[in-house]
Amino acid sequence: MKVNGVVHPAPGDPRRLLSDHLRHELGLTGTHVGCEHGVCGCCTVLFDGMPVRSCLMLAVQAEGHEVTTIEGLAADGAPLHPVQQAFHECHALQCGFCTPGFVMSVVGLLAQHPSPTEEQVGEGIAGNLCRCTGYASIRRAVHRAGELSRK
Amino acid sequence: MKPPAFEYHAPTTVEEACALLGSLEDAKVLAGGQSLVPLLNFRLARPPHLVDINRISGLDGIYERNGGIAVQALVRQSAVEDSELVSRVCPLLSAAVRLVAHRVIRNRGTVCGSLAHADPASELPAVLLVLGGHVIARSTRGDRIIAADQLFTSVMETTLAPDELLVEAWFPSPAGPFAIVEESRRHGDFALAGVVRAADRLALFGVAATPVLADSADPTRGLQPSGDLEATPEFRLHLVRALTERVFAA
Repeated sequence: MKVNGVVHPAPGDPRRLLSDHLRHELGLTGTHVGCEHGVCGCCTVLFDGMPVRSCLMLAVQAEGHEVTTIEGLAADGAPLHPVQQAFHECHALQCGFCTPGFVMSVVGLLAQHPSPTEEQVGEGIAGNLCRCTGYASIRRAVHRAGELSRK
Repeated sequence: MKPPAFEYHAPTTVEEACALLGSLEDAKVLAGGQSLVPLLNFRLARPPHLVDINRISGLDGIYERNGGIAVQALVRQSAVEDSELVSRVCPLLSAAVRLVAHRVIRNRGTVCGSLAHADPASELPAVLLVLGGHVIARSTRGDRIIAADQLFTSVMETTLAPDELLVEAWFPSPAGPFAIVEESRRHGDFALAGVVRAADRLALFGVAATPVLADSADPTRGLQPSGDLEATPEFRLHLVRALTERVFAA
């Protein structure tokens, strides 16, 4: 499977979840693991460009596919991805645990709706839980990310 | 390691998948995995074999057929949500699929998987029932058409045989006004109760062991919903009455 543009060997054990494979085998610990049953959204990654829950996929299912994690959005030292930049500017995080999942979901949301309405923003982030911000700053960040992406 | 140990099979053709389902003991089909993988992670399900159908090509088509929409086994819910064909031919299905969990879940979850999983609080089984649709079950013994009212038997139980693969679902166009409404604690959660209308037919979900057809004049007749931390039986009955009014006002 290709992760962030790099080809990796096939996972050994079929019952290894994609989330655990990314973290434990590939050391990509930016993908966070919260509820592990698809509710919290922390483990969201892009699978062939579409956001999915990595805790609800087996790593073997990603064989032959492309996975993008939060680490793949911007190289070290390079400018942040527009969604990351917007979260930074709008203070859309406090503890940061949910942030990688939010960012990956929002990347998918903006691919679908480049200028989302307030309702589309609400719908787009409804599958991610944040216990710090109260979501208002995250909503602002989504609109700001749309602006930055369109520039 | 969260899921229990299982043997993993990844057939690349429907024939191969059916042969596996016909020969393996207690095999479970893995499609989108958005319901099955949580059950594995919690170890509520311990199937000795998983037959992953995601490597099968040519199983992700959406077609217009006999005045309705045919959806093949690997069609993701998000593809149905975005399909102009579905919104034109069976707009009730477009409306219903938007109520299924969240977009990120729908990117992976399949329509046919929701039907085969048969969660009583799930929207799509009730939509199939209210429209009088059917599914096609394939095995090495051949194809079998199962009408919606013959498919759902109990909580997460269907008349699909262990060796059968649900290859396609057919949703006829609604024959009149339609609406689907539900009440849940949070957006995207399973419904405490839901009501779906197609012309003068009404189906309820989340209030019995299967989706059930109901009389629009007396939708709670014979209904004995269970209670839990989120809703008492009385509250569920109240929701059915209130939501029924809403689908007929829509």
